[in-house]
Amino acid sequence: MTDIYQAHILDHAQHPRNKGTLANPDVSIKGRNPSCGDTLVLELSFLNGTITDVAFDGIGCAISQAAASILSERLRGMTTADAAKLQADDMYQLLGIPITDSREKCALLALRTLHDALGAETGAPKNV
Amino acid sequence: MDIVAVRKDFPTLEHSIAYLDTTASSLTPLSVIEAMDEYYRTYRASVHRGLYSDAERATRAYEDARAKVATFIGASPTEVVFTAGATASSNMLTYALEHSRQWNEGDEIVTTVMEHHAALIPLQQLAKRQKLALRHVPLGPNNALDYDAAHSLIDARTTVVSVMLASNVLGSIQDVQRIARRAHEVGATVIVDATAAVGHLPVDVRALEADFLFFSGHKMCGPTGIGVLYGKEALLADLEPGFFGGGIVEDVTLTEATWTRGVERFEAGSQNVAGAIGLGAAVEYLTAIGLPEIHEHVRGLTAYAQHALSEVEGVQLFSAPPEHNVGVVSFTLEGVHPHDIAEIAGRNGVAIRAGHHCALPLHHALRVPATARASIYLYNTEEDIDRLVHSVKEVKELFGATTAI
Repeated sequence: MTDIYQAHILDHAQHPRNKGTLANPDVSIKGRNPSCGDTLVLELSFLNGTITDVAFDGIGCAISQAAASILSERLRGMTTADAAKLQADDMYQLLGIPITDSREKCALLALRTLHDALGAETGAPKNV
Repeated sequence: MDIVAVRKDFPTLEHSIAYLDTTASSLTPLSVIEAMDEYYRTYRASVHRGLYSDAERATRAYEDARAKVATFIGASPTEVVFTAGATASSNMLTYALEHSRQWNEGDEIVTTVMEHHAALIPLQQLAKRQKLALRHVPLGPNNALDYDAAHSLIDARTTVVSVMLASNVLGSIQDVQRIARRAHEVGATVIVDATAAVGHLPVDVRALEADFLFFSGHKMCGPTGIGVLYGKEALLADLEPGFFGGGIVEDVTLTEATWTRGVERFEAGSQNVAGAIGLGAAVEYLTAIGLPEIHEHVRGLTAYAQHALSEVEGVQLFSAPPEHNVGVVSFTLEGVHPHDIAEIAGRNGVAIRAGHHCALPLHHALRVPATARASIYLYNTEEDIDRLVHSVKEVKELFGATTAI
């Protein structure tokens, strides 16, 4: 039936990895989804150009929460240069579910917040 | 009210959608579509300009629509301005007031925490530009307005009071007359956002004691892109236009312009003729069925929906009692974001809205980030509600299943 609510999405949404805050993050940045009021705070720690720790907090639908959780797992140990290169399609691939236009903002909130933190571009128009 | 006959009036219902999103936008009955279609097919012309018969017929139809709308809200046609919708009405009114009056630093505007962004933000901007204080009536018990607080907030410094007649989130109907009386005691101007109320309740601008009142056509069976700004005749006469262009001028030189009298002064440019005609047809449609009958139908289904949803464990309702509600049932389901409820309901052909419904400050006051909202109108049935409740249960099962792992 509801193909976007697959077990791994629900698992990440309900048991998010890396949810919370870091003691001494190098960057802490807030993302918002203006259409639905979802908020996300993404925190990162760096060492020599590598993301050493990551945490996120916030409120949102299953898709936005799962995306943040899945992305956070991917980010730990990644270089900031590689993280900055992650594009919308990469996020969709990580999620592994079909994302319709109406859920795009949910799916990409974490990635956009990451790119705000790194000063990078997401590869998809903002506020679509 | 014959629900079977009513449902046949709405072509959208043919694809068996459970349409519970009227507070976002209502469906359109055939008579409205046909009235606009007739205009486009047979007498398509601009109004107040041409001297040929189609243009005269279009002008008559446009002005007839204005008269119908005026009667519908207890106003005179000389007090009804057509706009592009409630948001346009609100912005134009705020602009017009700003440029028609002397504002003093420290003057106050009083509004409420439940306002729609379309009513709130223009006032915020006005307050910023003119260095006015913007005060907000809070919620009292049962999420009703705190009228005692309203009474003390509205004082000699208050110049404008803005309040919504019905909440687009809670469905609650405010005692606007009570607020207006207090406002008029201190000489303040009363603005009423009636967008969620018109088409559900008999609205009488004189009974409400409103100075200005606005609403959209598309939430009351009318087409999109048309709305109304009502203003008391004496107040409109002192108001500068909010938009400038053709059709509003008495005389124009290279450097100056003077305005016509009457409501045309607020309708610059070619007008949404089909929209106005459609809105007039919507008023006729609703009047023929009867607003008391519509409200009674909506009241019954609201009670049914509130009861059925409250039986689902984990559901929290944010919805006024049915007899004082315009058919809005907002709710949350513990552990599930409203977007996920709306998505799954949507897949089952149930149209509801999720989010903050352009009332973020109200959601802050309710201490929830978002709600799911079912909104009910004359064409809805118990079956629609049953389909919604079935979807909510399905959501609960889907999300509950993994919680148990």
